[in-house]
Order: sequence, then structure tokens, then C-alpha cells
Amino acid sequence: MTHLIARAFAVFALVLGLTLPALAQVNPTQRSVTEEALIKSLGTAPVSGRITIPDANAGFLIKPENKSWAALQGQTLHNLSIAAVVGMIVLLALFYMIRGKIRVDSGLSGRKILRFTSIERFAHWTLASTFIVLALSGLNVIIGKSVILPMVGEAAFGTLSAWGKIAHNFLAWPFMVALVMVAVLWIVHNMPSAVDLQWIKQGGGLLKKGVHPPAKKFNAGQKLIFWAVIAGGAALSYTGFMLLFPAKAGGPVDWQFYQTVHALTAAVLSAIIIAHIYIGSIGMEGAFDAMGSGEVDENWAKEHHSLWVKEVSGGTSTAGAQPRAQPAE
Amino acid sequence: MARMKFLCDADRCIECNACVTACKNEHDVPWGINRRRVVTINDGLPGERSVSMACMHCTNAPCASVCPVKCFYTTADGVVLHNKDTCIGCGYCSYACPFGAPQYPKTANFGTRGKMDKCTYCAGGPEADHSKAEYVKYGANRLAEGKLPLCAEMCSTKALLAGDGDIIAEIYKERVVTRGYGSGAWGWRTAYGQTVTV
Repeated sequence: MTHLIARAFAVFALVLGLTLPALAQVNPTQRSVTEEALIKSLGTAPVSGRITIPDANAGFLIKPENKSWAALQGQTLHNLSIAAVVGMIVLLALFYMIRGKIRVDSGLSGRKILRFTSIERFAHWTLASTFIVLALSGLNVIIGKSVILPMVGEAAFGTLSAWGKIAHNFLAWPFMVALVMVAVLWIVHNMPSAVDLQWIKQGGGLLKKGVHPPAKKFNAGQKLIFWAVIAGGAALSYTGFMLLFPAKAGGPVDWQFYQTVHALTAAVLSAIIIAHIYIGSIGMEGAFDAMGSGEVDENWAKEHHSLWVKEVSGGTSTAGAQPRAQPAE
Repeated sequence: MARMKFLCDADRCIECNACVTACKNEHDVPWGINRRRVVTINDGLPGERSVSMACMHCTNAPCASVCPVKCFYTTADGVVLHNKDTCIGCGYCSYACPFGAPQYPKTANFGTRGKMDKCTYCAGGPEADHSKAEYVKYGANRLAEGKLPLCAEMCSTKALLAGDGDIIAEIYKERVVTRGYGSGAWGWRTAYGQTVTV
């Protein structure tokens, strides 16, 4: 019996021995990962693997999704930024043609009221001057290649943009300081109130001559600008900080996100600020003095900030509306 | 004119990293930058594959579309090059590249990255061919000497192919048909919008 088993085993071993080399001829690595299957299964996620160099980010082999950010940055943000700035300028030009310069209806009185102290003006102009440089150098990064580059040539544009980038990186800091100053100085005057609803209902008196809804130190329109600057400025500061310190922000996906938010916020805020500059300069008589010398004409103040005038003058020196005569007893 | 491309036959790549080393040496690439690298997918698992990757010299290159100073240009051979004199080191091309090609010599804060560096397909830059300025900024210009990129030329298993896209695709197809399998032309569908179909 054992003899039989041994013989059967020998036959089996022989068959196995003969077939093994045939099996070995099949390439064991034939079934491998393929690019097509991997990219399909990953969807938008990157193809990654092990890398022997110290840079861990180099382990990402293919990130097809980066192309969508490239399209967004190269085309969408470019066109949106142009649309925001040009659109606002066109709107303001139309407004100027229809409404003209908003005059002080009752004429200038010649008497001045202090509207903004030197600290308030310092904060405002620090914020304003840095914002203008930041906005221009930032816009240059987005739309300069199609606007300024054709005019000045590649070499000059490269030098200009390099300086612009340095200015952008370093002026961001005084901008942030001024943003905090402005927020601290004016936040109490910018809390929404019932007066604002009335102001908005009357269109701020912007559209009709002689209409002057009451307002405190800041009317609803100014409050909107204040909050847009605070919120937009904070968003720009945060995303800008992340772009300045890319190692803190994370990887390319985070940088793409921060850049997109930064550019969109900047486009919207730039458009708002263009309108702010318009109404504070050529758009309205007497408005620039508030931030220029800090003192505004009394009649201008009464028309645009009636409740504020009452507050600061304490109801005593109201030249326009004479106090009721008190019978002397 | 030829349309220059890279194709890494991952079924032949043995992850020897000689392409990486040859590139660094040929172009005197700055410390910390690897214009070419080898990534191993499914490492340690059955069917793992290693792929040598550098700039793929894309059609409609995403880096060029996001560059704020338009420092990129595509040569008549389809090679994507850039001008380091114009580059402001903003980093956008590195955000946009699907292959991690653009790198920077510095990683300091305040956005100081230095001028971007990437694979030039051994074709130098905008400076005069074989000038010292070209070598210092971009490395050797083998293409102007009628030679192909060194990484592919010295590949011991001939896994990495460089040359006209149609010719190297044909060589790859022949290999796949002969041996009966192929893991695909890595990165081609992302870089050129089409892959090598066998």
C-alpha cells in the first residue's frame, strides 16, 4: 500500500515539475497599475506614490485638477477683474452725466465743523494710499499681461511687475495696521440703525436734487463701504498672509484656494473703492474737505449728516434752524 | 518640425534614478531642485510601477496661461521654455502645473522664492545658444547640438523616451504589442489631451 502511495506521489511530483517552468514563463508583473484605470478611479484626486527625494510634494505624479485652477486664474479671474473695474467706471461716468456733481443745495456757509480728527485722517489715508498701491500692483498681476505688457514690452513689464510684487508684499503690513485703526475708530459709528432704513428708502438722496435723508456721522451708504472695507480687508489680509507664508498655508490646493479668494475679494473691493473715491472727490461738492482738511462746511454737514450736526453742536449753534425764542421772565 | 514629448514606459523603469542624477549634473541644477524625479506607484504591492516625471511640455501649457508676466514661450519643437529675467517668482505656475515641474531655489517667507526653475528639455532658454548666460540660468542646450535630453538618452532600460511625439508613441505601441501589456503613457492625457492607444 505504502508502495502505491509513494509511486503516485512520484508521478504527481513529476507532473508538477514539468508544468512549473511553463508557469514561470508568464510574467508576474504583467498585471499592473495602469494610468487610464488609476486616473478614472481617482477622479479629480492626484496620482501619487513613493518618492526617494526629501521633497514630499514631489510624490504627486499627476494632478489633472490643477488645470481647472489654471483656467479659472488665467481666464475667469482675468475677465472678472476687468469687468469689475471697467463696469464700475462706466456706471459712475453714466451717473455723472445724468446727475452731475452733487452740489450743496443751500450753498456754502463758510462756517466749518471738524468732522475727522488728525488721527482719523491719518488712519484713513494710510489705508487709502496703501490700498491704491496694493490694488494697482494686484490688478497688474491679474490683468497687466493683457493691458500693460503690450504697451511697454516684456522686459520693462517684468521689471515693473517685480517691483510691484515687492511693493505688494511689504505695503500689506501698513495696510493691515491702518485697517485695525479704522475699525477701532469708526466701528461705534457704523452700527446699523433705524435711520439707515429711511436713508436707503430715499436712495440716499443721491438720485434726486434737494432730497436729504437724515443721517448720523455715517449714512447707510458709508456704513456699507465701512463694512465692505473691514470684511474685504480682513479677507484680503488673511488670504494674503497665507500667500506670503505658503509653508503655513499648506499645499498647492490651499494656495489655489487662497489666491482665488484673494483675487475675487480684491476685484469686488476695488470696484467699491472706485465708487467711494468718486463720491468723495468729483462726485460731491464739499465732500473731500472731510478727509482733506478734516473740516466740512456747516451747510454740507446739515444736508448730508443732519443728526450728526445736532450731536456735535449740542443743539446750541444751529445756525440754519434758529432755536425757538424763550420768553424772558 | 517635430513635436517634442517625453514618454516613460513604466513597465521598463527600474527606479534607478539615473535620469534624476544625470539631469542635476548636466545642468548644474540648484540645490533643492529636481527637474526630474521618479515616483513609484503602488509601492511594495504586486504590479507596482515607477514613473520618471519632469515637465511634460504640455499643449496649451497651464503654467503659461496663469503667468502674470507671460514669461513662458513654446519653441518650434513644442518645448515649453521660460525667461528667468522676466519671472517675478509669484508661484502661480507651480500652483497650475499638473506635474509639479516648476520649482524655486528659495523657500523664504514674504514670497521670496527666486526665479522659477524647471526642465528645459535640454533646450536652454531665450539667451544665445551655448552662451555662458544661458548655461548659468537654464543649463546645457543639447537640443541645439542636435542631441536629445540626457535623461532619456542615458536611460539604461530605455524606459524614458524623448523625441518627436509620433515617433516615440510608435515605439511604445510596438513594445506593448510585442510584450502584450503596457501601463500606459503616463501623463499624456493630462499634458496633450490624448493618450497612446494600442
